[in-house]
Amino acid sequence: MEVSSLYVKESGAIKRAKGSLLVAESIPGVKFNEMVDVRLANGEIKSGQAIDISATATVVQVFGGVSEVDLADSKIRCKGETLKLPVSGDLLGRIFNGMGEPIDGVPAFVPEGYMDINGEPMNPASRQPPSEFIETGISAIDGLNALVRGQKLPVFSGSGLPHNQIVAQVIRQATVKGKAEKFAIVLGAIGVSYDDASFFMKNLEETGALERTVAFINTASDPVIERISTPRLALTAAEHLAWQHGMHVLVILTDMTNYCEALRELSSMREEIPSRRGYPGYMYTDLATMYERAGRVFNKEGSVTIMPILTMPDDDITHPIPDLTGYITEGQIVLSRNLERKGIYPPIDVFLSLSRMMKEGIGEGKTREDHNNVFMQLYAAYAEGCYLREISTIIGAEALGERDKVYLTNANDFENKFIAQGELEKRTVEETLDIAWKLFSALPKEDLKLIKEEFTERYLPKQEASL
Amino acid sequence: MGKIWRVSGPLIVADEMRGSQVYEIVHIGEEGIVGEIIGLEEDRAIIQAHEDTLGLKVGEAVEGTGKILSAELGPGLVGSIYDGLQKSLLAMADDMGSFLKRGAKALALPRDTKWQFTPVVKAGDMVSGGDIIGTVPETELIEHRVMVPLGMKGKIKEIRKGGYTVEETIALLEDGGEVRELRLMQEWPVRKPRPYKQRHDPSGLLTTGMRILDYMFPLALGGKAAIPGGFGTGKTVTMQQLVRWAQTDLNIYVGCGERGNEMADVLYSFRQLKDPNTGKLLKEKEIFIANTSNMPVVAREASIFVGVTMAEYYRDMGYDILLVADSTSRWAEAMREMGGRLEEMPGEEGFPSYLGSRLSSFYERAGMVECLGSPGRKGSVTIAGAVSPPGADFSEPVTQNTLRIVDALYSLDVSLANKRHFPAISWLMSYSLYADTVSDWWDKLDPGWVETRMAGLKLLQQEAELEEIVRLVGPEALPEGDKLLLLVTRMIREDFLQQSAYHEVDTYCMPAKAGLMLKTIMKFYDMATEMLSAGKSVAEIRSLPVVYKISRMKDVPNDEMPARAKELWGEMEKAVTTDKTVS
Repeated sequence: MEVSSLYVKESGAIKRAKGSLLVAESIPGVKFNEMVDVRLANGEIKSGQAIDISATATVVQVFGGVSEVDLADSKIRCKGETLKLPVSGDLLGRIFNGMGEPIDGVPAFVPEGYMDINGEPMNPASRQPPSEFIETGISAIDGLNALVRGQKLPVFSGSGLPHNQIVAQVIRQATVKGKAEKFAIVLGAIGVSYDDASFFMKNLEETGALERTVAFINTASDPVIERISTPRLALTAAEHLAWQHGMHVLVILTDMTNYCEALRELSSMREEIPSRRGYPGYMYTDLATMYERAGRVFNKEGSVTIMPILTMPDDDITHPIPDLTGYITEGQIVLSRNLERKGIYPPIDVFLSLSRMMKEGIGEGKTREDHNNVFMQLYAAYAEGCYLREISTIIGAEALGERDKVYLTNANDFENKFIAQGELEKRTVEETLDIAWKLFSALPKEDLKLIKEEFTERYLPKQEASL
Repeated sequence: MGKIWRVSGPLIVADEMRGSQVYEIVHIGEEGIVGEIIGLEEDRAIIQAHEDTLGLKVGEAVEGTGKILSAELGPGLVGSIYDGLQKSLLAMADDMGSFLKRGAKALALPRDTKWQFTPVVKAGDMVSGGDIIGTVPETELIEHRVMVPLGMKGKIKEIRKGGYTVEETIALLEDGGEVRELRLMQEWPVRKPRPYKQRHDPSGLLTTGMRILDYMFPLALGGKAAIPGGFGTGKTVTMQQLVRWAQTDLNIYVGCGERGNEMADVLYSFRQLKDPNTGKLLKEKEIFIANTSNMPVVAREASIFVGVTMAEYYRDMGYDILLVADSTSRWAEAMREMGGRLEEMPGEEGFPSYLGSRLSSFYERAGMVECLGSPGRKGSVTIAGAVSPPGADFSEPVTQNTLRIVDALYSLDVSLANKRHFPAISWLMSYSLYADTVSDWWDKLDPGWVETRMAGLKLLQQEAELEEIVRLVGPEALPEGDKLLLLVTRMIREDFLQQSAYHEVDTYCMPAKAGLMLKTIMKFYDMATEMLSAGKSVAEIRSLPVVYKISRMKDVPNDEMPARAKELWGEMEKAVTTDKTVS
């Protein structure tokens, strides 16, 4: 291709089409990562992106695959822009697809501006350390793995576990104590089944939160490449609402495993050197550029809190997807198939779960003065009980000493009374802590080493209380 | 001036670049994105871009600077927060708000601050590279010793006293008829280690305030340590504790490819917390590099070298520096990404085959040295690097290559972390080759340290073996002696090794207190053994009030510990004697 019109930059011959990649002769003026249209001989137009440009060739990744592209008559036309999302306060209440096009049948809004979906990194020196406790009403989260505003806390689940119910319960119940502020929910559904997507939409509708919600939905049957843009669109919308409109935004991304699978698929099409289990070596950075968009900023009202859901392939927490996610996010809520089988809802494995931001969000003036101590003691006691449970499976519970039996019973009580609760049951953090104190009252008092004596005086039920 | 020929992610190939040198810094495109030449082929240059390359076009200008990647060195570094290329993040926040824009310029050292310079040499003195010519009070804790830039020498023609900015002339140096101006600021290429007169072995304890480190697995000044651990094992908290409380002159925290919120937390806390020895705010003795995981990947590589260059500069003034890098795995991943783009033949798990040599080129810059120049002085750089092995599997290349270089390993254990035993440093897997190095140091403070430490570690080893039996027969079936041993090792684990980073007292434990704590537990073991032979059962011993009191030793302030230990010892002795009279 020699000449292009002044306004439209267009390629000449396409030399190769395979998978989702087109290699064309160099397009003068094409930008790295620019969006392009691929016009097929039959007039159909596909979107794509220039992922490698040089003076001799332009490599374009086509969204939706290269089917029906013929090398002779198809043309690549540059749009002059990298992928951008039109943004406005009117995003709320709308549903989009994985390319940011409305799919709710309502006409497009007038945008306040266009934002690059990759966002800009937050200056670490401008970040405000997250410290506002979000009360989810779920004891296993509030008591032991508290969520704070601006945190990124994923749910590590397995197929068939009730992660959707738990996240829906969080959406329904989450409040920040004593505050009525502008909040919004952004849902990014990535490669999920239609049922999963509609579960959330129905739930939001029932709680009347739909008009506070923006949804980006890429279902399992939509193009794989759009799974790459879906979470970025969702986060861009969230950032706009948080930083321009001062809202507190909770972003739910489900299922990030599908995102990572898509990333692997595209990477192998680009013939990149694979890292563990075929996932690209840059997956850590790629996920980080999204998750790190959570946070709070000095001198700005809003916040972005991210709760991604991912299903661990074969329940394996060392699989690259949960593993890399765990290295990026500020903790994780891990669901356990064992607890699920025991009929415990929510089946949250408190040993594997962790909230790194918790210490900032709890304590006097935030939750209650004894929270930190109670949290440590609960862990210690439950760890002891679980260890004894393991031993007792070999030697039998009868062979344990008296003190050990107390701990064994305590571990069972902990699971049945503290962790377990109803799907519609909303416990205040005080209620959660009081349950813990009732559990402690069954233990030898001198074993409560991790709790300050003044708290034991104040909160320990005076006589053996029955739960 | 060249022009872009190809763009592929952070890899840029530019034409018409004849005359450039490898590692030269270039500015790319209209925004002037920073890049670094990593290869030359006739007049084509292969460039790694330190910033996002989105939107670049073939044919855009690439401009060489003639300089290789260097750090600015001078007063104003301490207390600053930099990105991986030593751009001041605070200055950028003032200029352009909360989000980082591409191609943004921000100098490392403020150009308008006037520093009070007091010369220590006078006109007519002969000086050479490394000689201290004067001082500047940089912060409340750091006296900046202004040195003659390395490689220069001559006679001081003139030297000035008073307030100067980093760019103004403070002295004139005459060398063979040529007069050169000396300023408060100098530069040094980051990939090149700064020279010294002589290297010494690491010596003296680097006090960290963490009992398991100081007492069990000590780190020596000038040493190198690795902290590998799966996610959630507390790597970052351990690193933060190190830079918070390490009793060195200056600490440098390199946050490389890690979390922004945690970085914000550290930055915030350093403006509130005080150094336990001097009572001054911690920011008076810290430098931060924050290149979080969402910031450009390639700059991670630079961030580590920028950090260690600053460390060496202060070492050359005669200070002891601790540099922590969190996490070296992210740094290695940046190398892997570039290697992949360059289509290099990959080594293990896709990492480039030069991973090991690149890691040692970083860790080997630690050390205790005799600095160049006069007056004669010693300084040290100690390096502690976090490693994030995928799936907590220590057999992966970054961990293994690191273990070949470091002399202390603090191995973080997922199962300890799950039980919320923090710091989750495994006492069975960790080691320190500096135990002999610091035994003199400990001997002066706490005679008997060698024996008590060995006794403690041996008990923990015995516990691990007994644990296997317990799993088969249950704890009740053990003989009383073993039951007592398990009680004591539990006390060592829970009342000594466990340490809360968030407890106002326990977060920093002085070595003297740590010594008394473990000795008290060992004393309890002796006493309990005696009681056991006098016929008491372990169940009875366990419920003695002194057991509970020992568990509370952690909350005792450092200076009150000797009195408390005396009290506890007295109580234990009394318990034994009353026991004897009763029986």
